[in-house]
Amino acid sequence: MNKNINFSSKFKTANLLSIILFLTSVIFIIFKGLNYGIDFKGGTLIELRADNKNVNISKIRSSLNALNLGDVNVKEFGKKGDYLIKIEQKTENNNKLIPEIKRNLTEKLNAEINFRRVENVGPKVSSELLQSGIIAISLSLAAMLFYIWIRFEWQFSIGSIIALFHDVIITVGIFSILSLEVNLSIIAAVLTIVGYSMNDTVVIYDRIRENLGKYTKLKISETADLSINETLSRTIITSLTTLLALVSIYVLGGEILKGFSFAMILGVVIGTYSSIFVAAPVLKFFKVNYKTLEKKEEKIVP
Amino acid sequence: MLNFSKINIFIIYFLFLFVSFFTLLNFQNSENLIINKKVNLGLDLQGGSYLLLEINSDPLIKEKIQSKVITLKKLLKENNLNYKNFKINEKNLSFSINNTKKFELLFYSKKNNLLNPYINNYNAYELDLEIINNNVNISFSKFGLLTINNSALQQSIEIVRRRIDDVGTKEPTILQRGEKRILVELPGLKDPERIKNILGKTAQLNFRLVSDSDEFGVDKLFSENGEKLNISKRIIMSGDNLIDAQPNFNSQSNEPTVSFTLDRVGAQKFGRTTTDNVGKRLAIVLDGKIISAPSINEPITGGSGIISGNFSFQEATDLSLLLRSGALPTPLDVVEERTVGPDLGEDSIKSGIISLIVGFILVIFFMIFKYKIFGLVANITLIANLIMLVGVLTILEATLTLPGIAGIILTVGMAVDANVLIFERIKEELKTEKSIIHAFHIGYSKARITVLDANITTLIAAVILFAFGSGPVKGFAITLGIGIITTLFSAYFLARHLTSMIVLNNKEGQINL
Repeated sequence: MNKNINFSSKFKTANLLSIILFLTSVIFIIFKGLNYGIDFKGGTLIELRADNKNVNISKIRSSLNALNLGDVNVKEFGKKGDYLIKIEQKTENNNKLIPEIKRNLTEKLNAEINFRRVENVGPKVSSELLQSGIIAISLSLAAMLFYIWIRFEWQFSIGSIIALFHDVIITVGIFSILSLEVNLSIIAAVLTIVGYSMNDTVVIYDRIRENLGKYTKLKISETADLSINETLSRTIITSLTTLLALVSIYVLGGEILKGFSFAMILGVVIGTYSSIFVAAPVLKFFKVNYKTLEKKEEKIVP
Repeated sequence: MLNFSKINIFIIYFLFLFVSFFTLLNFQNSENLIINKKVNLGLDLQGGSYLLLEINSDPLIKEKIQSKVITLKKLLKENNLNYKNFKINEKNLSFSINNTKKFELLFYSKKNNLLNPYINNYNAYELDLEIINNNVNISFSKFGLLTINNSALQQSIEIVRRRIDDVGTKEPTILQRGEKRILVELPGLKDPERIKNILGKTAQLNFRLVSDSDEFGVDKLFSENGEKLNISKRIIMSGDNLIDAQPNFNSQSNEPTVSFTLDRVGAQKFGRTTTDNVGKRLAIVLDGKIISAPSINEPITGGSGIISGNFSFQEATDLSLLLRSGALPTPLDVVEERTVGPDLGEDSIKSGIISLIVGFILVIFFMIFKYKIFGLVANITLIANLIMLVGVLTILEATLTLPGIAGIILTVGMAVDANVLIFERIKEELKTEKSIIHAFHIGYSKARITVLDANITTLIAAVILFAFGSGPVKGFAITLGIGIITTLFSAYFLARHLTSMIVLNNKEGQINL
């Protein structure tokens, strides 16, 4: 592996790319919005398996027409004969709705139907779930900021938080662009991405800080280059093993984990990129040098 | 960093074996072990129903504020306060009065205040007072509402538990969630409709006479066959007086019925009423609907009776169950419901385990390819890590969910990071350091802080996810969080000890990293 890649020369191009991606994501999130699942929007979800080959999407749809349910979304889900039906919530509480839907499907499709999963989330609960999801993500960002603030100098804190926002916004932005469903497990994925991205950034920052003290004559871009190169094989290996595990979930883990593992894969790729091309340039921007560290020198040496 | 005292080695391996022992318990079937711990499967893996119920306290608040009327009017009268425009609303009482100052003093009196008791625990009053000009508005305070909700919730939980136990599902979980909610988990249940039906009824049963006149004090209700009846508001006897109820068959028509037994007070009341009102009709009213309104043919003094009302046998069974368990203080709404069929659960376990094995094998081969003998060390630690992870989950009797399995797989991917960080550091040290042992020593100590830093960040995310996540997501947070701790242990103690044995016994002076 070539261990002398001149990363800092590519900072400008990379930053431009990051800014474009970031802004595009923000625009999509604001104007197109996110495709919330029933966890956050409320509604009913039914996963069914039909043994009859004649069952198809339009038949399922038409058998529900009589119920006047409003927005009904039917799609194939994994294996042949498996379907996922999503129904938007119209009324606050309707305990009769689910048995009614089940009865209609069984009668009109004229097939043995196995209801594998039935979920119903009321509007009150869904808005609470969304709220607690947002709180959880904000709180984790704040906790990371705090941790980095006590462990590093302020320039590093800002760098890692910018990298973190970069990762979270772009991951969520891609979900918006591709209209992928955002549900509870995506919140879990985003939080894990926060942890992972931070982890990656911290490793490089640790090394930059060490090298700043060691090679006081070097410019920050040179120190950054050196540090990134020194930690590069670790960065790549860890990303690879994590990706191996995630791809295995994505391919073999079943439909339910698809969205989660996809978000994680995006997050790991973006997080790895950002710790090199976003977190490090911020230090250059702040003209960090060995003097920055002087006050906290004792803390660095283990 | 490579020297271990005997006692250290003992502690490390003892801890490892201790935790691993619990992992083995999961593969043990016998129930009579002294330590009987197991990892529980979440509803998404074993199938079952999750219901979140919310008490709807509006009717209760209306009832409670109405019950204040008599005390309030008495207080106003005793103190010669003249009021006008007295109104009973859904959630408050309003009237106008001239001497508002005097009323305010009475309202907030701390001595023998029957209207507005002072709640010591909360350091607050039960009611709130709002005065605009001469208009007075009385409603429950925040703390008054809290006590109403809380007692209704506690009572509801008890009734819900009785009803579910009566239906006989296996190992139900019934827990309070917040101020107004009850969480019910029913493993193995395929279709929650019957339970939802049973929990959806308050089951307030009244026995009331059918009145001939439609004067003040009657409710107009429809009987089971559509007949419009005037039912007296006076309640002769309520479901509280029931001690038992059982489904039965009418001996003549063979129709399903519900037979009930009354307690002593109930039997007396029932006896007196039926004696005094022979020939009249008695309505049996459940949740504001007439079940049946039979004529009283003769006095019933034995303290037991029969309700018939065109039931199917299932309905008779459910009604007797409801009557046995008692009435809910207030209606319950199902605000969230998730049911997973057993076959989907099985599929999820299968695909979860397959992806775990495949992910594991991929990582293992990658590590051997990359680090040779030390890759093997990392892999042994990885296996030990997984065993310990399951062991800790067992000790905590944690619930394993599908996202939880994803958390384990993710741990497999990220766990090697600690070893990679250390090995890469050692590699660098080997470039400048002649003594191999010294290089390993420095490598381990320099990488320590970074390894800690890197893992603490993920741990923070896991803790927050655990605090805010619900259900399956919590399962993910648990495995991820515990995974980090076992990773740190296995990389820093187990792997380091294994590495030290290789390095210290290395005679050729060559290290292939």
